[in-house]
Amino acid sequence: MRSTTEWMKSGAPWIWLNAGAVAASLIMVLGLLGLIAYKGLGHFWPARVWEFQYHRADGSEVRLLGEIRDQESINAARLRDAGEQVPEDAGEEVTRYLVKIGNRDLFGRDFLWLIEPGIASRELAPDVVAFERREWGNFYGWLLAVKQQGDKVAEGGAAWPELLARLRRVDELHDRIRTLEKDEIGAINYRLERLRLQQRRLELEGRDTPRALAGLEAERKTLKARFATLRKQLDGLYRDIRRDSALMKIADGREVEVPLAKVVRAYRPNAMGPAGRAGFYLAKLWEFVSDEPREANTEGGIFPAIFGTVLMVMLMAALVTPFGVVAAVYLREYASQGPLTRLIRIAVNNLAGVPSIVYGVFGLGFFVYFLGGNIDRLLFPEALPAPTFGTPGLMWASLTLALLTVPVVIVATEEGLARIPRSIREGSLALGATKAETLWRTVLPMASPAMMTGLILAVARAAGEVAPLMLVGVVKLAPALPLDTNPPFLHLDRKFMHLGFHIYDVGFQSPNVEAARPLVYATALLLVVVIVVLNLTAIYIRNRLRERYRALEQ
Amino acid sequence: MQSTTATAPDNTGDAQAAREDICLQVRDLSLWYSESQALKSVVMDIPRRRVTAFIGPSGCGKSTLLRCFNRMNDLVEGARIEGRILLDGQDIYAPSVRVAQLRQRIGMVFQKPNPFPKSIYENVAYGLRLQGVKSRRRLDEVVEKALRGAALWDEVKDRLHENALGMSGGQQQRLVIARAIAVEPEVLLLDEPASALDPISTLKIEELIYELKSKYTIVIVTHNMQQAARVSDYTAFMYLGELIEHDDTNTIFTNPREKMTEDYITGRYG
Repeated sequence: MRSTTEWMKSGAPWIWLNAGAVAASLIMVLGLLGLIAYKGLGHFWPARVWEFQYHRADGSEVRLLGEIRDQESINAARLRDAGEQVPEDAGEEVTRYLVKIGNRDLFGRDFLWLIEPGIASRELAPDVVAFERREWGNFYGWLLAVKQQGDKVAEGGAAWPELLARLRRVDELHDRIRTLEKDEIGAINYRLERLRLQQRRLELEGRDTPRALAGLEAERKTLKARFATLRKQLDGLYRDIRRDSALMKIADGREVEVPLAKVVRAYRPNAMGPAGRAGFYLAKLWEFVSDEPREANTEGGIFPAIFGTVLMVMLMAALVTPFGVVAAVYLREYASQGPLTRLIRIAVNNLAGVPSIVYGVFGLGFFVYFLGGNIDRLLFPEALPAPTFGTPGLMWASLTLALLTVPVVIVATEEGLARIPRSIREGSLALGATKAETLWRTVLPMASPAMMTGLILAVARAAGEVAPLMLVGVVKLAPALPLDTNPPFLHLDRKFMHLGFHIYDVGFQSPNVEAARPLVYATALLLVVVIVVLNLTAIYIRNRLRERYRALEQ
Repeated sequence: MQSTTATAPDNTGDAQAAREDICLQVRDLSLWYSESQALKSVVMDIPRRRVTAFIGPSGCGKSTLLRCFNRMNDLVEGARIEGRILLDGQDIYAPSVRVAQLRQRIGMVFQKPNPFPKSIYENVAYGLRLQGVKSRRRLDEVVEKALRGAALWDEVKDRLHENALGMSGGQQQRLVIARAIAVEPEVLLLDEPASALDPISTLKIEELIYELKSKYTIVIVTHNMQQAARVSDYTAFMYLGELIEHDDTNTIFTNPREKMTEDYITGRYG
């Protein structure tokens, strides 16, 4: 009894409680990251393809090819209720498998649930070939022959190397087509649109003299001539890329011709060794972070979303830091400290608690419709009725998030300013510095670590915010990055993609839920990584600053 | 119009000061912090190129008076001032006076060393940069001169570009003095400059004060009576916001006119 009281008095239980709380937090964070990483990163590992003989509920027997993506135990009675034929001797619980059968264009769906008792046999199908296609998802089948303009050029054992060689050619052609379409023709279209707007502007201002118009017309003519040659080139490339195809046999025995132009990569999942698999995995991972999305965002990469997120956060930081710092300096250094300043301070703190969607609504109403609409009327009348800034876009998204995070920066900066000792300010003033000089030369540099702390908190909040962005600038699929080679290079009026919204879109709005689910995890992991990297950069800068202004800690 | 030579001696008794060249004249100076009066009609002449020490118990107003000379009390909210302080015959509280310029003429060193978190060099060059001096040569010159003036040059000449916060407390305080004399003020105000330092550093500061008085008018506030006796030429004793006695140091410590001064000096109170 005595020893228990002693133990209580020693504070040990309190320490255990504290340590326990820390440990629990740590386990939760690691568990979260671990789960996301496992589910997300596992997706890119090439799965084996099985050949199934399966008895359907109606008694017919089918052959299927597919990857096992998931398995679960399910109550047999429930399955019977759902119309499945489950034998009486199968027991209470029945295992069922989620199988990705691919070939959506032929079967109408690419995922199937197979119940264990229905599977008559399953074996690793030798020599099975998987295609990743630009549309309709994966394709599984056996390679029969490679064709060039309808004529067989390789069959049997020679078909596979021939296929790979021809795929490389298709890849090259595809790259050239993309450069041509996106960069060169894109640039011409951009300039043609600018010319149209110039002409419209001249008309609006009544300066559309025949000479000015002739100049525009001449420019347009050269552009159009250039466009025609490019178009011809493009047609040629399209003809070339459509030359080859592969003759495939699918699981049910049908023979199908797959145009190679539609194939992103071909691999033999069951014939790959560990090194081959690892290589495949890395290639897929790299594609995920560096490529553009395909097929309603369920395939390909998410580079535009990473780019959009980072660019938006950086713009937000560039907007919020000066604004928040200036406001904090006024509040702390210049404003007389009375009930009014206290009221303002309370209001600023409360702003931090306003739900973010409210900021989104405000951003839409004020920035997009009011500010943007007026900017369009004043500066871009030639484009109307098509809006330039009067529509959600990168600038308004950054501004809205800047507004959302400005209280954090103000509060942090104010605290930093308050911590600068009076003696330092007096030292500067006593040397003949004015108040402003003291601020600029001594106080603000010393408060810079605190500003960085504010910025870190702001970045952490802004990077994870999705709800307001849906109203002020984020889209499911942006046709172009907000940064490119067409002047003015940074297009603040463009819509952009965002990792957070991408997660929502892929998770909830996807036409192909089963295919999209792993991407939700992978994208979430990437979002966390992006935020961590942004934060670490800011923390690194702050620590460097702290090192320099160590005075405060003494 | 006040002349720069002293007026007739009054009850505060600067008989000796009367024969000196006067730098600062305090005329009927009263100061209130909100409602409480911190200085009561102080009249005093401070001679040029001499060390004048302010002594008195805590809260007697000696620091307040010192801070009036470079208008540091302007920063205190609710501080109100009456009377005049003349620097070379010019009222420093006149509306036409630019405070920043005044503070270049009247430098100040505080109780606790307060170097900026910059390099030693930049600390000393701070005042000059404020004045817009950009020439590297001139800055180098002045920094060296000021550091030599503050007897710090030999200790720091090899690490001018290191952070000043890495120095010892005594070095920091001499750095702050160097910083103050780099802008070549006429008057140097020292507010208990050695109270946060160890005895050896204190000794160095005192030696420094002794050397500096050939060029600057020095006013020092101190709690330490021995220090006042050692470094000052004139001593003013203050009590509850009033100037009780002001005379040359020798007289104050050996033969004070006022009973109160004697009591304080002999340690009966304070």
